[in-house]
Amino acid sequence: MSTADTLAWPGTRTTSRPLVDKLQEWVTTVDHKRLGILYIAYALFFLVVAGIEATVMRIQLIRPHNAFVSPQNFNRLFTMHGTTMIFFVAMPLVFGFANYLVPLMIGARDMAFPRLNAFSFWLTAFGGLILHYSLVGGYGLYGAGTVPDVGWWAYAPLTAKTFSPGHSSDYWTLSLLVSGFGSILTAVNLIATTISMRCRGMTLGKMPLLAWLSLVMAGLVILAVGPLTAAQIMLLIDRYLGGHFFDTQAGGSAVLWMHFFWIFGHPEVYVLILPAFAFVSEIVPVFSRKAMFGYPIMVAATIAIGFISCSVWAHHMFSVGMSVGGHLFFTVTTMAIAVPTGIKIFNWLATMWGGKIYFKAPMLFCVAFLFQFLIAGLTGVMLASSAFTWQTAGSYFVVAHFHYVIIGGILFAAFGAFYYWYPKMTGRMYSETLAKWHFWLFLIGFHVTFDTMHIPGLLGMPRRIYTYEPGRGWDTLNLIVTIGVVFQAAGVLTFVFNLVRSYLRGRPAGSDPWDAWTLEWSTTSPPPEYNFATIPTVKSRRPLWDLKHPEDPDWKYE
Amino acid sequence: MLSLITAESAIFVIFVVAYLFYVGKSPSGPTPAVLHTPIFLSVCLLSSSWTIHRAVAALRRGEIASFAGWWLATFALGAVFLAGTGLEWRHLIVDEGLTIRTNLFGTTYYSLVGLHAFHLTAGLLALGTVLLFALFGKVKQQHAAHADVLSLYWHFVDVVWVAVFLVVYVIGR
Repeated sequence: MSTADTLAWPGTRTTSRPLVDKLQEWVTTVDHKRLGILYIAYALFFLVVAGIEATVMRIQLIRPHNAFVSPQNFNRLFTMHGTTMIFFVAMPLVFGFANYLVPLMIGARDMAFPRLNAFSFWLTAFGGLILHYSLVGGYGLYGAGTVPDVGWWAYAPLTAKTFSPGHSSDYWTLSLLVSGFGSILTAVNLIATTISMRCRGMTLGKMPLLAWLSLVMAGLVILAVGPLTAAQIMLLIDRYLGGHFFDTQAGGSAVLWMHFFWIFGHPEVYVLILPAFAFVSEIVPVFSRKAMFGYPIMVAATIAIGFISCSVWAHHMFSVGMSVGGHLFFTVTTMAIAVPTGIKIFNWLATMWGGKIYFKAPMLFCVAFLFQFLIAGLTGVMLASSAFTWQTAGSYFVVAHFHYVIIGGILFAAFGAFYYWYPKMTGRMYSETLAKWHFWLFLIGFHVTFDTMHIPGLLGMPRRIYTYEPGRGWDTLNLIVTIGVVFQAAGVLTFVFNLVRSYLRGRPAGSDPWDAWTLEWSTTSPPPEYNFATIPTVKSRRPLWDLKHPEDPDWKYE
Repeated sequence: MLSLITAESAIFVIFVVAYLFYVGKSPSGPTPAVLHTPIFLSVCLLSSSWTIHRAVAALRRGEIASFAGWWLATFALGAVFLAGTGLEWRHLIVDEGLTIRTNLFGTTYYSLVGLHAFHLTAGLLALGTVLLFALFGKVKQQHAAHADVLSLYWHFVDVVWVAVFLVVYVIGR
């Protein structure tokens, strides 16, 4: 007990411990909630970093023959932007929410392996630091630079010593190797937690959808990140021990790297989108005041997506020259995955149908998600056709498509999740006005940028070019695309401002501000370190509904 | 542990695929013909699966001495295998002139077998730690579940060897 505690006036909160103590608590924590928040804060930081990188690229492309950055730096920018956004923004974000929410939702006091959990976080964190350390550190070959510049998928033979002297590709491969181990261990932890830590009465069929989707996500991480890790080890062997895996001059194959990378790469998309589905599946019912429509079908569709997503990877490689059989197979599987995804969209719509919808910020983001993800899915089906992809591969059409998925889908759902669980995590209510500003600014910015971006793609503008000739019909379109960035940046700044201001000044939220139904709302906000004073017992999929309406409980109908 | 094993299997699958993809594609020698089939070593490793099974079963019954004996046997068999692999590699490097940078066969062979040897080494370190604990009398009957998890990993290393053996010494030639 410190002296500050004993000397405090009665009734005043004694939060004046030295900063070092607080920091030490955060660094050494094994509490799943604190680690979750660390993941999320880390992701937000890198979201801003990679966002700035994107902004610089858009300024460079605002008009033909612009000279804002050099071609070399442009290559570095898109490599760092892609790698950071996928591995150090999106992954930590989904892991952070899963870490924070899964134990709370299944009525557990922590993850199955708390110390392993902390270890995985720090692996991921240092992975990101290695990547960005390349900006300042390490002596490469003189004049070669040390920032990775091989693109986020680092195709061979670009990564060979000949074409990538110095240490730039080493930073890239090591950071992915390290954070990959972090991801695998987190996934192991999530699976063990979900399988063996559920509270009494919570059968698999009564688990909240978020827990289900996190479980499938963790399974996909285990299947997908392994190949990436293996490929990174091979690349390291090539670069450091003089191996020949991807060395075409000694009979190695560059296409093999593409296969290995995309065996990871496509399930990875679903690793990221499944948590987005999870957020929407929790938010939409609460703000429609209805139970989730078609719960068993949602679970089945999730598992179907998990399986199919492991057999679609080569649709990233249609233009590389595969056999006819290969083209057919991957076209069919890629189109097939639209079916379970479509089922999900209809289920969310059916949940909203006839409901009493409250358009608070989380719901707004989810509704936008539904529209945008649908469009992203439609361009996805277009690109699933290999004949179409031969025309558009490597063009801005593809860039527009996957940004529609990642921003219009994943990021919008994540923003919704931020607002929905912000009261739970901090105990404070966010400002609804600022949240609406954020929503509309970001929505407008998103559509101005990425709707427009499809068109130069169809007109033949290739991706990853640092500049272009005037008079090809791309000039005005690129200007419009860049203008959208201004709105998006303003939206994100509003968002960050809202988070900070509400943390300091927001009104207390209470334990259940949304009148929601899952277990995390039954404890205080923020939850105590042990989560639940007594481990709850549940009888239905909506335990809090049963508690609030003992005269009409859910378990009578399930 | 089962999840971890799934993840590890994915890593091995990729290395196996790479090996099979590159079989016979090296533009210059040496070829897989230089390999000696390690029958004795394989028997050692596979029988260590049996000994570790006996060890865990003994621990479950609370027979600590019997546990320590079988556990030691497992460790010894694993160590023999590792040493055998080392001798084989010495032969390949010194006598046949095959290193990881010689050709594609060298690259894929040393990576695949080396990855397995790495996992074996990790397993031996874990087994050795438990062995030390057992010698100091710290292993009790209630630790059987923990020992079981470790034995699961050890079985996995063995099963991987079966796959590697098939790929490298049967199909690859």
